[in-house]
Amino acid sequence: MAKLNLLLLLVLVVCALGLVTSQHKARRLFTELERIEARGRELDVEYGQLQLEAGTWGLHARVERVATGSLGMRAPDARHVRVIDLRGAR
Amino acid sequence: MSAAAPALVRLPVWRARFVLAGLVVAFAVTAGRSLYLQAMRTDFLQEKGEERYSRVLQIPATRGRILDRNGEALAVSTPVQSVWAIPGDVQGTPAQLRRLSALLGLEPGELRRKLADTTRDFVYLKRQIAPDTAARVAELGLEGVFQHREYRRYYPGGEVTAHLVGFTGVDGAGQEGMELAFEPSLGGAPGSRRVIKDRRGHIVEDLESIRAAQDGRDLTLSIDGKIQSLAYAALKDAVAANRAKAGALVAIDVQTGEVLALANAPSYNPNNRARLSGGMLRNRALTDEFEPGSTLKPFTVALALESGRITPATRVHIGTGGLRVANHTIHDPHPETVLSVAQVIQKSSNVGAARIALALEARDMWDMFHRAGFGEAPALGFPGEAAGRLRPAESWRPIEQATMAFGHGIAVSLMQLAHAYTMFARDGELVPITLLKASQPAVGRRVISARTAREIRGMLELAVQPGGTAPRARIMGWRVAGKTGTAHKQENGGYAADRYIASFVGLAPASRPRVVVAVMIDEPSAGEYYGGVVAAPVFAQVARGALRALGVPYDAPLEPLPLPGEVEEAREST
Repeated sequence: MAKLNLLLLLVLVVCALGLVTSQHKARRLFTELERIEARGRELDVEYGQLQLEAGTWGLHARVERVATGSLGMRAPDARHVRVIDLRGAR
Repeated sequence: MSAAAPALVRLPVWRARFVLAGLVVAFAVTAGRSLYLQAMRTDFLQEKGEERYSRVLQIPATRGRILDRNGEALAVSTPVQSVWAIPGDVQGTPAQLRRLSALLGLEPGELRRKLADTTRDFVYLKRQIAPDTAARVAELGLEGVFQHREYRRYYPGGEVTAHLVGFTGVDGAGQEGMELAFEPSLGGAPGSRRVIKDRRGHIVEDLESIRAAQDGRDLTLSIDGKIQSLAYAALKDAVAANRAKAGALVAIDVQTGEVLALANAPSYNPNNRARLSGGMLRNRALTDEFEPGSTLKPFTVALALESGRITPATRVHIGTGGLRVANHTIHDPHPETVLSVAQVIQKSSNVGAARIALALEARDMWDMFHRAGFGEAPALGFPGEAAGRLRPAESWRPIEQATMAFGHGIAVSLMQLAHAYTMFARDGELVPITLLKASQPAVGRRVISARTAREIRGMLELAVQPGGTAPRARIMGWRVAGKTGTAHKQENGGYAADRYIASFVGLAPASRPRVVVAVMIDEPSAGEYYGGVVAAPVFAQVARGALRALGVPYDAPLEPLPLPGEVEEAREST
């Protein structure tokens, strides 16, 4: 009887320790998750800002201005453009 | 001898009994109370206990983006911080508060005023500030000052796409344009979750996810950013050069019915809406109706061709003294006394169009206009689309039937006009139009025969040739076809003598049309007011850009076009 009780006590102690450890692990993993989620949100913010930046730099009006202004480019007139109809070629 | 034993004092028995009874009663009360708390009030107490450490957090949903047909962003949400305070709790040195007001861009007095009312529990100090400024505010470490996250909408396209895309209010809900029209799918649904927080406010454990946040869906428009940008620039220049009150432009892909460009001037910057007036906000192309003038002539002529009464070569008597209908006289400034039906369109003769109309039934004309989509909103899903004005045929007087042939006594929106012209571009089929990117070619609805549509197209092509009303609409490399309109503006029930709406609706390339472009300029007042001079050049610029962007093959010889003024131009009657 005493032996059984001792055994059960041992099992109980082991279980208790296991519970403590797993609880600790869960908490640690959870903070990790939170941290990564926060990082994800940060990246989201950055993505949004980069999208905006891309949109602003890539404005057609701005591209046009830079191309004609500082790069001295101009749109070719129709005589210098050849349109190839792919449907006919196939 | 030992000391005397202490005397045994016999206490009365009732004292022990009394104490025992007291203990029993106390125990019973305790047991009863604990039973009551454990068994009867357990839910309430557990809830209260949880409230001490668990919190329900809102998970905001990200609003969907609005994109153009090539995936370029037209509206993007990005998180920003809003700074709020509990006025009674704010403690800070004057220097700290000065620093705070500087960071938030507030006058020190304004900040003091906001913090003065200590009875309030919540006051916004500044909404929607950039994340890096927010970080610096947080660094101040002021007590009683907090931040929370919000989403702010940015519009990279700015004024170019302002009228179409619209904007959202400070609460993030759509207020105008597509933002309003597609609010349910763009907005998504915020979620919430229950968590355990520790003493310092860190989240320790996730208890349950009550509702997952549903992010809004992206919306892809039919607009082509390149054509849109070109259209807005051309329109803005034309409005400025002609000192006009306003202008609008619509470009439609004939094959799919997609709206490629929809521009309005004057415009506004949706990112900074501090100074906005109602006039700037209006999407004129969709919400304003106007009397279109001569751009309506092809519909009357198409109906007459369908009836088989006339052919493009039929001679129409114009005469010199105008045409008298009831008590009114319709005038024509043209020197010719006889024109063919094709020339009536080419030179935009009012007398000719009226004569053709008077030979038709009012009911048939109404039916034609109705089937062309006039008098009915185009059902694009855009808020405030105009239906136009098309009175029932029974109420038409003969003079009205005559004037309606050249677009007076009937009101349409520019979008309706552009839409109606798709029937000439698609060999008689009217194509349903859409503001959203379409994945497949649209199925049209036949209104007139293919033969009539081709004949009208031939006449419209004559109109842009020398001798027509709009040689300035031509572009190098592609044949174009189109019709000018110059209409007196309506004013106090009559027509203003010196105020006009100049318009041009055209299609290109004429051999196998791909785009329809409609331009409207409201009150050009720099001298010129004819549609062929004011609106046609805008059409030429936009149609050229659109055909190039779409990669449409040439159908005309690549020869430089004569300059305006070198060719004979017909002036239309107004």
